[in-house]
This record gives sequence, C-alpha cells and structure tokens, in this order.
Amino acid sequence: MHEMSLAEGIRQIVIDQARAYGFARVKSLRLEIGRFAGVEKPALEFAFDVVMRGSPAEGAALEMLDLPGRARCFDCMKLVEIDDRLDPCPLCGSGKLLPEGGDEMRIKDMEVI
Amino acid sequence: MCTVCGCADTPRFEGAVKEKLPFGHVDAGKGQGHSHDHPHHDHGHPHGHDHHHDHAQGHHHGPDHHHYGTGAAGVSVPGLTQARLIEVETSILSKNDALAQGNRRVLKALQVLALNLVSSPGSGKTTLLCETIKALGDAPLAVIEGDQQTSADADRIRQTGARAIQINTGKGCHLDAHMVGHAIDNLALAPQSYLFIENVGNLVCPAAFDLGEDAKVAILSVTEGEDKPLKYPDMFTAAQVAILNKLDLAPHTDADLAAYEANLLRVNPGLTIFRLSARTGEGMAAWLDWLRGRLADKRVQR
Repeated sequence: MHEMSLAEGIRQIVIDQARAYGFARVKSLRLEIGRFAGVEKPALEFAFDVVMRGSPAEGAALEMLDLPGRARCFDCMKLVEIDDRLDPCPLCGSGKLLPEGGDEMRIKDMEVI
Repeated sequence: MCTVCGCADTPRFEGAVKEKLPFGHVDAGKGQGHSHDHPHHDHGHPHGHDHHHDHAQGHHHGPDHHHYGTGAAGVSVPGLTQARLIEVETSILSKNDALAQGNRRVLKALQVLALNLVSSPGSGKTTLLCETIKALGDAPLAVIEGDQQTSADADRIRQTGARAIQINTGKGCHLDAHMVGHAIDNLALAPQSYLFIENVGNLVCPAAFDLGEDAKVAILSVTEGEDKPLKYPDMFTAAQVAILNKLDLAPHTDADLAAYEANLLRVNPGLTIFRLSARTGEGMAAWLDWLRGRLADKRVQR
C-alpha cells in the first residue's frame, strides 16, 4: 500500500520516544498489523530497513504480529472473525459483513538499550 | 511515499497565498491541536509523546504507559543501561491521525462540510466537482485539488468561479492531513461552507489517510467494471458514499448497474449510493440534496 510512509511513521515515533525516554538504540520492535490493514509485510520489512538507517532503530529486529479480522454480520448481527474482507459470515453464510476491527497498524512495544 | 508506487517527495502547493508557504507556517490553529512538525529541520522543541489510540476500535488505555524494569535485570536502575521494554501501543499513522483531528476541529468550529473525493484516475471526479459547484450556485465553497503534477484541475475548478488550491504531491500517491492542514489555513474557509478535497486518483493509498473530512466519497464510473469494489475493497470500505458516474455511457456498454451496486454493498453494506451522470445532469439532484442535507446537519451539530 504505502509501506514507505508507514516506515516513516515508525521512524518518527522511535525518535520521539528516544528523546522522551533517553535511549540510544532499539534492539527489537514489534508491530501489530490487522488482517485488513492492507500492509504488504515484505514491502514493510524492506522499507523498515531502509528508512531506519541513521535512527535509533537502525538494524533493529522487526517482528509483525497478526491481529484477526473482525466483522459484524448484518443478518445475524453477530461479531465474527474472518480471514478476508469478502468472506461470508461463518455462522449464517450471509455476505453482508461490515469490518469492525482488523485495520490496526501500531507499534506494540520495543526493546531498547 | 509508497515503496509500491514509489513516492517520497515534498508536496508543492499552488494557488495558495504567496507568503512563506508551506514551510513558514504559523500555527493558525492555536489551541486546536494543529501543530506541525517539519520533516526537514529540527526545531528542537520538546515533544510530548504522541499517544493516540484508535478508540473506534474499542481499544482503551490509561494515558501513557511505559513500563520499566521489565528488562533482563527485572529492575530499573537509573544510570545503568540494560535492555528494557517500552510498551508503545501507538498507531503508526498516529501523527497523521492527530493532524487530521486538528483539521476536523477547525472544520467543525466553522461548520464546514468537508468531503474527501477518492477514485481511480479518470472516473470523472473533476467534472463531477465542476458540475456540483455550478449546481450549488451561491453556496460558499472551496476546493483542494491533489495531483502528482500540474495545476490543470485547480484551473478547471477556478473557471467555475470557486476558490481552489492545488497540492502537487510530486511522487506522493495520496494527500495527507499535514498537506490539507496547510491548505485549510490558506483557504480562509467561510463558515457554513463546503470543502471538497479531490484526492490523488488512486484507489489504494488514500483509504488509510484520514484528512479530517466528514466523509470519503468514492467515485466509480460505469466503464470501470462491476468487480472494481471487490478488487479494491479498502477504499470502498472506508467510504460512506459511492457515486456511480458516467451513467450516460451505460447504454453503450455492457455495464450491469445492479451488479455494481450489489458489489459495492457487499464490500460495505452501509454505503449510500448515487447513480448519476455529471455530463448530462441525470441523477445529480439526489446527490445535491444529500450535500445540502449534510451541510444543514453541521449547523445542528453545533
């Protein structure tokens, strides 16, 4: 999607955190990425390596954790987990689902020195 | 700024008031949380650490929680370095989201109805916008035009008599809240007016970038294929309104209008759909009524 922009966002957050909490280096960084976030993981890994150069997170290990896709079914009104935005409701088979979660893109935590 | 579509440039503004724009920006949104960090020089001011959560996703936290003493040693000793874990829990797009909220506050205070028009290139966004502006007559409005290059679209809008600012994103594939914030400052929007933001023609990236708008309006022309909403679900999920444009061409193609609508609603059951032709004016009345109604709602929300 726009993985370079996302990496720029991560870099800015890392720099702000380093300033606020006085650390020099990030050893590892964990992201939480929702299934529907539209993030292409290999592209983000590549962008991360490039964009973090010269920042405290240069060379940091990047780990991406998947968050499930959740949607509300308009027919049975239940909140269900689905793998793809266009999957039918696993409970009633309806195709009318509105995603209610799974578009998260956030930094969960980082190990710093 | 995509690796995929390869953008990373600083945007250029055109049509803005010619003072020190965009970088000599004095924060017009004082007390409105509309602060700007400039990417190119460090002003050295202390930063509050952004800690914005996506509450829409029911994700609640107390304020900052940075946990210390969770490193190898199990304790935090001042002056001693040890690996430690900082729970950040911050959205990667938090900076954009915070700027978008700043824009939203400014727009809300002015009771401006802001719409973010998104589509593939060539769906007829600019023609729809020109015809909408003409049909709205004397209603105060302003336009922000986003394109990679040229001020052609802003020129077309200005021919209707409306005020327009062109933002050239260079290689950028989407407008972001920072660019739009600058443009809003320079447009000196009238209270109770419309703000149309025509995003870069791209059905992917603009979906993720909140600009502070009231709604995204996705425009789809009848020549694009009934399965387009299924191919690009992110954008149609993020939108509240879908416009099926170029209705006048439908009889000349095999377009199945019912299939378009079914696919739109399959991706986003909450969509409001308008079928229209900006060129012939067919179906424009319902869209214009919707616009007027939403602007009236802004007055009530006050």
